[in-house]
Amino acid sequence: MSKFKKKSGGELPAISTASLPDIVFMLLFFFMVATVMRQNTLMIENRLPVADQIEKLDKKDLVMYIYAGKPSSRYAASAGTQARIQLNDKFAEVADIKAFILAERASKREELVPFLTTALKVDGETNMGLVGDIKSELRDVQALKINYTTRTGEATDNLR
Amino acid sequence: MARRAAPEVNAGSMADIAFLLLIFFLVTTTIETDSGISRKLPPPQEDNVEPPILKEKNIFVVELNKNNDLLVEEAPMELKDLREAAIAFLDNGGGKGADGCTFCQGAKNPSSSDNPTKAVISLRNNRETNYATYIAVQNELVAAYTTLRNREAQRLFGKSFVQMEKDVKDVNYTGSKETLKEDIKKIQFMFPEKLSEAEPKK
Repeated sequence: MSKFKKKSGGELPAISTASLPDIVFMLLFFFMVATVMRQNTLMIENRLPVADQIEKLDKKDLVMYIYAGKPSSRYAASAGTQARIQLNDKFAEVADIKAFILAERASKREELVPFLTTALKVDGETNMGLVGDIKSELRDVQALKINYTTRTGEATDNLR
Repeated sequence: MARRAAPEVNAGSMADIAFLLLIFFLVTTTIETDSGISRKLPPPQEDNVEPPILKEKNIFVVELNKNNDLLVEEAPMELKDLREAAIAFLDNGGGKGADGCTFCQGAKNPSSSDNPTKAVISLRNNRETNYATYIAVQNELVAAYTTLRNREAQRLFGKSFVQMEKDVKDVNYTGSKETLKEDIKKIQFMFPEKLSEAEPKK
């Protein structure tokens, strides 16, 4: 047997895995830095439509989010299947939008109020009636800067 | 004193711990979309204001019905043709004399718009129109304006309008931002975004 054991010189050396933790840590730090924690827990379906003429909203603290869409399956029993509006973390009615905008304005510094933008994150399957109601409410409280949040892509993809 | 060497900590499980954390962050990461089509709503109006009188030929009517069909000037149209049609309408320049347009390259059809500054696109949708369809149409109409503005900016200032707007936001831009802002205003004045949204039909 010892005859075979002696011939250990020709074996492949084991690959060192000592740097594996470093590689994994590098990935970990990337994801930790890139992660944005969600501000609101979505209670609605939110498949945004696509568009290519888009602008980026760069000042995140100056954006007010209004979500709309069908309640997701967890809430379908209590909230119905018709498209609803979500403000912060709960379902809301169209009439609540004014109070929401005023509360958001009150929480910001006064000189920043004119730069506030309203981002409409509306599900693609929603009827325009609801969106029109939201827009007329926004007009009434002079929140005129809006942004239809979309994903990037060809506009014709919306029709499929 | 017998000095004992400190026992070495086994670092073999470090990779496992790091993997665990990595997987947690992988799962919780949602790449937030924070870009979209920016628009400005018209300010609220009193009821007794008379609407301004516009010539019929200066209005480009785009209508979306409840079955998501697109009607342009009362004729059905495919979405992919809308951008071209809107460009042709805005760039027509059919006016004469004071209404004329010196930079338009359109067909100069007397029955279409006089001047880009007078041309109005009117978008009307039904309450049952799909939001995705509406966004697609908005996108095409904004694209029509952007195409024309790019063309004129290229001709007058040697770079596209999109690039000019990017430069204004760029902190490393070397030229004068004041003149750049003036130039942007000039282009916006040539092709003002006159996109009117009518109250939806019930």
